[in-house]
Amino acid sequence: MTYIASKMNQLDLSKKFRPGESLIQALLFLAGFLSIFITLAIVYELGKEAWLFFGNPDVTFAKFFGTTTWQPGIGHFGIWPLVTSTLITSLIAMVVSLPLGLAVALYLSEYASPKARSALKPILEILAGIPTVVYGYFALLFMTPLLQKIFGEGVGVYNMASAGIVMGIMILPLISSMSEDALSAVPRALREGAYAMGATKFETSIQVVLPAALSGIGAALIIGISRAVGETMIVAIAAGSGPNFTFNPFKAAETMTGHIARISGGDLSYNSIDYTSLFAIALMLFLVTLVLNLVSQAVINRFRQRYE
Amino acid sequence: MQNNQPEIAIETKNLFIFYGSFAAVSEVNIKIEKQKVTAIIGPSGCGKSTLLRAFNRMNDFVPSSYVTGEILLQGQNLYSKNIDPVEVRRKIGMVFQKPNPFPKSIYENISWGAKINGFKGNMDELVEQSLRGAALWDEVKDKLKKSAYELSGGQQQRLCIARTIAIQPEIILMDEPASALDPISTLRIEELMQELKQNYTIIIVTHNMQQAARVSDYTAMMMLEKDGSRSGTVIEFSETKRIFTNPKDKRTEDYVTGRFG
Repeated sequence: MTYIASKMNQLDLSKKFRPGESLIQALLFLAGFLSIFITLAIVYELGKEAWLFFGNPDVTFAKFFGTTTWQPGIGHFGIWPLVTSTLITSLIAMVVSLPLGLAVALYLSEYASPKARSALKPILEILAGIPTVVYGYFALLFMTPLLQKIFGEGVGVYNMASAGIVMGIMILPLISSMSEDALSAVPRALREGAYAMGATKFETSIQVVLPAALSGIGAALIIGISRAVGETMIVAIAAGSGPNFTFNPFKAAETMTGHIARISGGDLSYNSIDYTSLFAIALMLFLVTLVLNLVSQAVINRFRQRYE
Repeated sequence: MQNNQPEIAIETKNLFIFYGSFAAVSEVNIKIEKQKVTAIIGPSGCGKSTLLRAFNRMNDFVPSSYVTGEILLQGQNLYSKNIDPVEVRRKIGMVFQKPNPFPKSIYENISWGAKINGFKGNMDELVEQSLRGAALWDEVKDKLKKSAYELSGGQQQRLCIARTIAIQPEIILMDEPASALDPISTLRIEELMQELKQNYTIIIVTHNMQQAARVSDYTAMMMLEKDGSRSGTVIEFSETKRIFTNPKDKRTEDYVTGRFG
C-alpha cells in the first residue's frame, strides 16, 4: 500500500515514541544538573576543610572577624587584611575599567564608523587574550615605576594601586564588549524617537540608549567584579606578598587570592592550621563574590528600564 | 482661491533622494499648506517613507544617503551646508509607525524632549497641556510616574504624539502612525489629527487609502517611475477630494479605485 493511501485510511493521532527527543532532553538535563553538582561539590569541600579550621580551639569567630592580623602560624586569625586588600584592588580595577569600558562601548556602538569599529575590535580582543602573568609583570615593571614617577617616594615597589589599575585594563575588554552588545541591542526605534525630538547624538546615547541597556551593562559589571575579586596572578606578582592591614593603595598588601596562591605553593603539611586556613579564606572569597553579585543585581534591578 | 493665497509650511524644489547611486525618490515638487493634513499615498516601496524622512533629515542616519534639490522651510533650505539637522528636528517632529516611547515614566517621556530643548517654564503644566493635546490626559493623569510601557499600544502612540507637541514643532510628520493599532485606537488617532491641524501642519504617510480620504486635505500620490529605474516620484498632488473622485492621472485612478497596488 502506498504512503498516501495509508494516510487516507486512518487518522492516527496516537502518541509516538521519539527516542531522539528523550535523549536530547536527558542530555540537557544532565548538563544542567552537572553544573549545579560541581558548584555544590566545591562548596562542600570548602566547607568541610573550613569546618576543621574553625574547629581549632585557637580560632574563634571573634578573632576571625574582630582582629586585623593574619598569621595563622603564630595564632593570629584576623581575616580583614586579606579582605580589605581584595576589595581595594577590585575597587581600583572597577574604577578604571567601568568608565573606560563604557566609553569604549559607547564609542563602538554609537559613534564609530564601520571602518573604525573593524580596526578597534580586534585590538580589544588581543587585550583580552594576554595571559595574566604578562599583566602581572606589566604592573610590576611598567605601572609601578610610572606611579612612582607621578606620586613620588610613597609608592612601594609592590602596591595595590598598580595591581588594581592593571587588573582594570585586563577587565576592560570584557566590560566593553558586553556593554557594546547591550547597547547595540537597544532598538533602533528608540534612537530614532530621540533624534526626532531634536536630541543630539550625545543626549541620545547617554539619556536614552544607555539607560535602556542598563541591565546588560549591569551583567558586565557583575562579571567584571567577579573577575577582579577572583584574579590571582596580577595581584600575586604586583600587589605584595604578606598580609598587611592598610587602606593606602600605594602600600603593599596581599589579597585573599594572592595569599592562597603563595601559601599553597610552598611546603604545606596536610591538616596543619595553615592548610585548613586556606579553605576558610576561599570560603570567605566565595561569600564576598556572592554578596557583591547580589548587591549589584539589586542595584541594577532598582535602576533598570525595560523596553518593549 | 486666487485672491486668498494659501500659506505654505514647507515645499520641495526638484528634490532627489539618493541611496548611493540609486535615486530612491526623484524630482519631487510639492508645496505643503500650513495647518492642513497632507497625505502621501502609494504602493509599497515607492519611497513614501523616504520622502517623509527627508523633511526632518532622518535619512542622515543612512550612511550612503544624500539629497539634491531643496526643501524650503520659511525660505531656508534644510539641506544647505550651514543648517544644523538637530535644529531642523526641533522644528519638525515625527511620529513613527510603531509606538516608540522612551523606557522612562509617562511624565518623563513628555518632559525629556522639552528639557533637552531648553524649556524653562512650568514643566507640570507643559506635561498636562501636551497630554490633553494628545487626548491622553484623562487616562494617565493618575499614573504619570508609571512606566510608559504599561500603556496600551494606542495610548503609547498618543504619548508619542504628546511628546512631539510638547516641543511645539511647526510640522508633525507621521509615518503610518496607526498601522500597528486596532481600529478603535486608529479612530482616536484620526480624530486627534483633526484637532492637531488647528495648530500644526501634518504630513502623514499611509497605506490605508480610506484613512487618507478621511483625514487629509491634500494628497500626494507616489508611484515608481515608468522608465523602470525603480525610482519613486509624486505623480499627482492636489486636494484629496479631487484625487479620490476625479484624478488626472490614469495610474492614480487605478490605484485609488483598487485596480492595482
